[in-house]
Amino acid sequence: MIAFIPLYAYARKVPVYESFVDGAKEGFGTAIGIIPHLVGMMVAISVFRASGALDFLMGYISPLLRSLGVPPEVMPLGLLRPLTGTGSLAYATELIRVHGPDSLIGRIASTIQGSTDTTLYVLTVYFGAVGIRNGRYALKVGLFSDLVGFVAAIAVCLLVFG
Amino acid sequence: MINVIWLGMIVIGFVFAAVNGRMDAFTAAVFDGAKNGVTVSFGLISVLVFWLGVMKVAEDAGLLRVIAKLLGPVVRFLFPDVPKGHPAIGYILSNMSANLLGLGNAATPMGIKAMQELQTLNPEKDTATPAMCTLLALNTASITLIPATLIAIRLNYGSADPADIVGTTLAATFVATLAAIFADRLCRRMLLLRRPPGPPAENRSPARGGSAPPHYQVKG
Repeated sequence: MIAFIPLYAYARKVPVYESFVDGAKEGFGTAIGIIPHLVGMMVAISVFRASGALDFLMGYISPLLRSLGVPPEVMPLGLLRPLTGTGSLAYATELIRVHGPDSLIGRIASTIQGSTDTTLYVLTVYFGAVGIRNGRYALKVGLFSDLVGFVAAIAVCLLVFG
Repeated sequence: MINVIWLGMIVIGFVFAAVNGRMDAFTAAVFDGAKNGVTVSFGLISVLVFWLGVMKVAEDAGLLRVIAKLLGPVVRFLFPDVPKGHPAIGYILSNMSANLLGLGNAATPMGIKAMQELQTLNPEKDTATPAMCTLLALNTASITLIPATLIAIRLNYGSADPADIVGTTLAATFVATLAAIFADRLCRRMLLLRRPPGPPAENRSPARGGSAPPHYQVKG
């Protein structure tokens, strides 16, 4: 992957180094740009957890999820995913940090985060750009596919890594 | 919506901390969270810079165009009401290709351009056309081949095989995309069957996981 793309590009006469640097510039901006979001979300998440509120909430849902073989920790991610891309990325990163990238939870979190997009954000940006106020059934369809994707991500991970 | 969730987490956390006598932990958690946020972002810089660089090389090499060629028939099936050869088709293809490669920041500008082109075919300028809804459905489900950011994060936390989630992500995203296309088609049919002047009446939507909200309000 890392070797193939530059080789292919070079064969197509692309100035690979300059092109790489050009794209890499964006990476820094993206990483810096998410600091405020990450700080905001991580504070909220860490406060929610430290106060015992999360344990209280999970205490109710856990038995049900556990009987299905689903780690309850991934539930909040399913709620965050359609609402906020950076927020859910922060939450997924936190799960990976705490449980490890190769744990079942880490893998489920990665799969959920990677398999759908932030419906609310996409809708706002795309319709906002052309001044659409009535989005008809677009949000319904988006949230429905988020739900299906969430269930599918968990099911596939349990099958493959469980 | 996000505001309510964020505020809710903090306020509920505060109330719980007060009731459980964990105020010290609460204060510590605030600063811990903030520190983590910054640390994580800085840890991401190196990998993000690298991946986006590689992806830019892929884009310049014309890999996007290769994928566009493969997807031509798919787009004709998904967007039957866009005339053949209309500029919107090209942008829709670029948008889908960028999504496939996980180039989120390339996909968004392309998607916006596609929307603007579709708007030229729109008789009612403030109401979405079925083609626009299809484009959105595809983007919210986001068919991703390479979840670069997630691979980067897992690499960062010392995963033995950071890319081993590519398969599961592909499967989940495929199912979500199929669901999106199916739901979109269903809604489109219902719209054609009863062409109301306003938004379609609340009907039995396929989403049985809680009835879907109307477009102007979002519930959590």
